[in-house]
Amino acid sequence: MEIFDNLALGFSVAFSFQNLIYCFIGVLLGTLIGVLPGLGPVPTIAMLLPITFGLPPVAALIMLAGIYYGAQYGGSTTAILINLPGESSSVVTAIDGYQMARQGRAGAALATAALGSFFAGSVATFLLAVFAPPLSDLALKFGPPEYFALMVLGLVASVALASGSVIKALAMVVLGILLGLSGQDVYTGTPRFTFDILELADGIEFVALAMGVFGIGEIIRNLEDEHSRTVMVQKVKGLLLSKDDIKRIIGPVVRGTFLGSFLGILPGGGAVLSSFAAYSIEKRISRYPARFGKGAIEGVAAPESANNAGAQTSFIPMLTLGIPSNPVMALMIGALIIQGIVPGPNVVSEQPDLFWGIVASMWIGNFMLVVLNLPLIGVWVRLLTVPYHILFPLIVGFCCIGVYSVNNNEFSVYTMALFGFIGYVLVKLDCEPAPLLLGFIIGPMLEEYLRRAMLISRGDPTVFFTRPISATMLGLAVFALAVVLLPSVRRKREEAFKE
Amino acid sequence: MTRFVKSPKDVATGLLLIVTAAFFAWQGADLPMGRAIKMGPGYFPMVLAGLLAFFGLIVLVGGLTSGAAQGEPINVRRWPWRALILVSVAVTVFGVGIRPFGLGPAMGLAVFISSLASHRFTFGSGVAMALVMVAFSWAVFIKGLGLPLPMLGPWLGGY
Repeated sequence: MEIFDNLALGFSVAFSFQNLIYCFIGVLLGTLIGVLPGLGPVPTIAMLLPITFGLPPVAALIMLAGIYYGAQYGGSTTAILINLPGESSSVVTAIDGYQMARQGRAGAALATAALGSFFAGSVATFLLAVFAPPLSDLALKFGPPEYFALMVLGLVASVALASGSVIKALAMVVLGILLGLSGQDVYTGTPRFTFDILELADGIEFVALAMGVFGIGEIIRNLEDEHSRTVMVQKVKGLLLSKDDIKRIIGPVVRGTFLGSFLGILPGGGAVLSSFAAYSIEKRISRYPARFGKGAIEGVAAPESANNAGAQTSFIPMLTLGIPSNPVMALMIGALIIQGIVPGPNVVSEQPDLFWGIVASMWIGNFMLVVLNLPLIGVWVRLLTVPYHILFPLIVGFCCIGVYSVNNNEFSVYTMALFGFIGYVLVKLDCEPAPLLLGFIIGPMLEEYLRRAMLISRGDPTVFFTRPISATMLGLAVFALAVVLLPSVRRKREEAFKE
Repeated sequence: MTRFVKSPKDVATGLLLIVTAAFFAWQGADLPMGRAIKMGPGYFPMVLAGLLAFFGLIVLVGGLTSGAAQGEPINVRRWPWRALILVSVAVTVFGVGIRPFGLGPAMGLAVFISSLASHRFTFGSGVAMALVMVAFSWAVFIKGLGLPLPMLGPWLGGY
């Protein structure tokens, strides 16, 4: 029973006083900032990333993971209470959750979200513990062609599963890769796309890019419709679920958990797709589909469980393969690299305390969320009423000091300002910035493995198709692209993303 | 012209992507290409620039021919220029000011300038937020986290 030994090791790391504190601070800060309207997990993590630099790697990662589920959880709270999903994975929660709140059942909706998330988080953590080690063993057998194929599959999947135009998303991935190539060439050291700017010799600062696009860009977008942002929140009461409620949510929670766990592992799938899928499945199999959209508790239970499970299992490709499946994981990889850890299959075997400590802390973090959130809901509700014109200058301040302190460089601050503008323009043109960030992170690895693979094969590109694992993955990528580009699927897909 | 362009948004996106691709291709033109067996630093970027231009072309053509779904114009005039400019200026001022003036003044100015971007700006609240944020960053970042940043920079008598 190796898994129990591993989990025991994990819990011994995670239960150290210091790590418990960092987990708690992470969950608390994540919820605090995630509750603020318009701030999802990505800007929250980007903003708080710098405060983890001084910590030891395990503590830093535990804290960041805590910030992640805290922020995600905060997003559900705003979705339910004021119909303003903090991030895309809470969009479906808002449909029935907000209706419940309007009927005076906000407490029940919040309790359902909390309990469903906790159940899903526990199951997904266990799955992570079971599947991560064999996956990383498999990944150790990967050669450059397999890695290359896997990354292509990951990028394609992230495009195929995203909403909006497929071609534009592909273009964003490519643009991201190009931006990621700025700096020195890995093999020859030749400077590329540095425009003779000294600060670009090591490439574009990742945190500055992420914070510009997701932090500053988002602020500008929110200021666009400043007049329409008024927040009305009622008092929340009745956090206890009735027997009937419990009976109704068990099925959706379990189904949502497994669906989310599965989709979370897929690159690019993650939390967003799983919450959409879980909602539509529940609606389809429900005996009373007419309830949905009018405050059905199942419509809160299923997507909330699914997105939490997906969020948890999306750590699997990041921790075992070193490949991020969504922008949050890209930020985590950034954090690992800053800590001097190269993410990849070796992390599981070479740094078991780091790996298992993070896994165990996920369970603890989820538990803390339930304990912390339900009694404190009054505090979070008060936070929701902070007007945006007071909030955003403070966020700008945090972004500035956060980016600057990464390596005490004002150039990063200017980079952030530039990418804030670029991010705003991209959103205006209906181009999603998330694939750009993924491309940016994966780009340099993609190039390195491509060049290595070609060296090994002596310039023969068929190497990608003669090796079974690599051929399968590339085949899947082509298949996924072909499917989303088919006109009939495209129409269905648009419908699906239209709530 | 308007009838010819079905989706101005897609046409603009397509053109922008093609221009960007051309820019990367031009910048990468001097890099050694190498051969497939031993790719030079220029190989991968050039392939990507080609790919980006190709996607740009598809979006462009799509915007000219179909594009019924997103036919709305890009109303540049209705962009929140005030917010765009003021927030960018605030961030830039922070970058320029942090070394010579120190964290306090840079932070205060950045928060104050960005608060101007709101339609609900009042002088009092702007100053108040700036002061709160300066106090907060002193307490958290300098005292709490020990970031190596002086509150007042060398130009203001700090170290």
